[in-house]
Amino acid sequence: MNAQANAMAESAVESQVRAPAHIPATRHLYWSVRRELWENRSIYLAPLAAAALFVLGFAISVVRLPGQMRAAAALDPIHQREAIAMPFDIVAGLLMITAMIVGAFYCLDALYGERRDRSTLFWKSLPVSDLTTVLAKTSIPLVILPLVTFAITAVTQFIMLMVSSAVLVGSGQSVATLWSQLSFFRMSLLLLYHLVTVHALWPAPLYAWLLLVSAWARRAPFVWAFLPPLAICYLEKIAFNTAHFLALLQHRLEGSGMEALIVSGTFPMDPMTQLTPGRFLSAPGLWIGLAVTAAFLAAAVRLRRYRGPI
Amino acid sequence: MACIEARGLRKSFGTTIALDGIDLRVEEGRILGLIGPNGAGKTTALNAILGLIPYQGELNVLGRNPWTERNRLMQDACFISDVAVLPRWMRVSQALDYVAGVHPRFDRAKAEGFLTKTTIRHGSRVRELSKGMVTQLHLALVMAIDARLLVLDEPTLGLDILYRKQFYDSLLNDYLDRNRTILVATHQVEEIQHVLTDVMFIDRGRIVFNRSMEEVESRYLEVIVHPEKVAVARALKPMHERQAIGRSVMLFDGAERQQLAALGDLRKPSIADLFVAVLGVCRAIPPARRKE
Repeated sequence: MNAQANAMAESAVESQVRAPAHIPATRHLYWSVRRELWENRSIYLAPLAAAALFVLGFAISVVRLPGQMRAAAALDPIHQREAIAMPFDIVAGLLMITAMIVGAFYCLDALYGERRDRSTLFWKSLPVSDLTTVLAKTSIPLVILPLVTFAITAVTQFIMLMVSSAVLVGSGQSVATLWSQLSFFRMSLLLLYHLVTVHALWPAPLYAWLLLVSAWARRAPFVWAFLPPLAICYLEKIAFNTAHFLALLQHRLEGSGMEALIVSGTFPMDPMTQLTPGRFLSAPGLWIGLAVTAAFLAAAVRLRRYRGPI
Repeated sequence: MACIEARGLRKSFGTTIALDGIDLRVEEGRILGLIGPNGAGKTTALNAILGLIPYQGELNVLGRNPWTERNRLMQDACFISDVAVLPRWMRVSQALDYVAGVHPRFDRAKAEGFLTKTTIRHGSRVRELSKGMVTQLHLALVMAIDARLLVLDEPTLGLDILYRKQFYDSLLNDYLDRNRTILVATHQVEEIQHVLTDVMFIDRGRIVFNRSMEEVESRYLEVIVHPEKVAVARALKPMHERQAIGRSVMLFDGAERQQLAALGDLRKPSIADLFVAVLGVCRAIPPARRKE
């Protein structure tokens, strides 16, 4: 009797020890994303470096600002705005390009590098699913990089605005024109909208393609990422003398034809810009792109399961 | 309950057959040594058990299908594979944070305890550590996981003798208990011999020998035969004969102890000697006949 009770108590203790074995999927995702940021510090260091460089250049050029403001005062409102806002637009564009380059190189290495250095054996020895891993890696170009770009751009532009104001006040000019032409809050809102639409949702299939290649390639993922699309363009040109595929790629890359803005060709932070989120969300191109993204990612998840270290 | 159960496990890479229909049953709490020459299929078998490669046949590990449920299986199983696979960019503290973040059975304090016995610092990156230190770190991470199955694939490869000894000592002292099953694949047989409860030889994708250590100790005897009794000894059909320092050493399976004692000096064969003998026997039979 006593022994039986002991045995029962023992097994109860054992099952208690073994029971709390669940970690929610969100926590796996959180740590997987953190691990990506540990490994790829360029995700935030590259935009930070680009911003720092730009601010340095801006700080030197700002000595000419009082003269420029005086000249701008003579212009009509539209040109006045252009003259004043130009450096702010340039820094945003610079950071966006930096983020795109970082994102592309990140994706190409994301599922290839871990197989090359065999660390995939370590990652796979932990209870994190292939799906979680691939989703975490996808979130870098589609969520983390746009957010990082937004934060760094907003802070940079704020610093630039402060420096400009200080210089203008120092030279005895009014800051009214500057502040009325650059509505900081609206500028940031437009930037965020632009990043989410043009830099995340619309080009998502391109990033997913890079991830797929990086999961598949046994060597030279860079070549495999660019050679097949090139071959298709070339083949299409020879066979039908058309360039539909090339146009398709261009549309994705440039974000044109995505109907997120009403005035095409203007810079997104232009106050004249009209946001058209309704048209953007109802554009078939967006949804086709997202479907392709999902298909590429599903293939990448499957490949990660099959592929061992190289 | 069986911890690992395989029936007709097969795996081929192109035309190379790595696993040729393996049947296997490992009970909970056993420490099984999987021993075989290079290319025998050890790593393939372990990879299949860990859900790292697809396979044909039936395989059940801790009640799960390892290929379709790898991530769930890894809550109860963990492994260290043949080469240092810890990411080189990672800091020791990051490795602790990450494993603590994703593994429900990881005891961080225990891992830190293991690390304090080493010279590894928390701020170091894996690339700055020596090969032995990387293995120590990996072992500290794995031993702090309360797993039911631990798989080690050549865990001490490339380590010097001090680290190798330390590795198995800490495994024995800090990790073993009756609920844990351990599977070790190696070809450095001598150093794990005293740890094992079971031993399995694998050659050319097939299991050629599968015994508990008690069985091995009671069945196999080695005789250093007196020169004048060689002919008598040979008549008893030893499974293996070799020359050592000018004398014949014969290995017998299930022979009478007293009968052998009359032929020369008796001794317990090492696993390595047994391995050579068993492999010699099965390789002497042509593969076509082996199938029958």
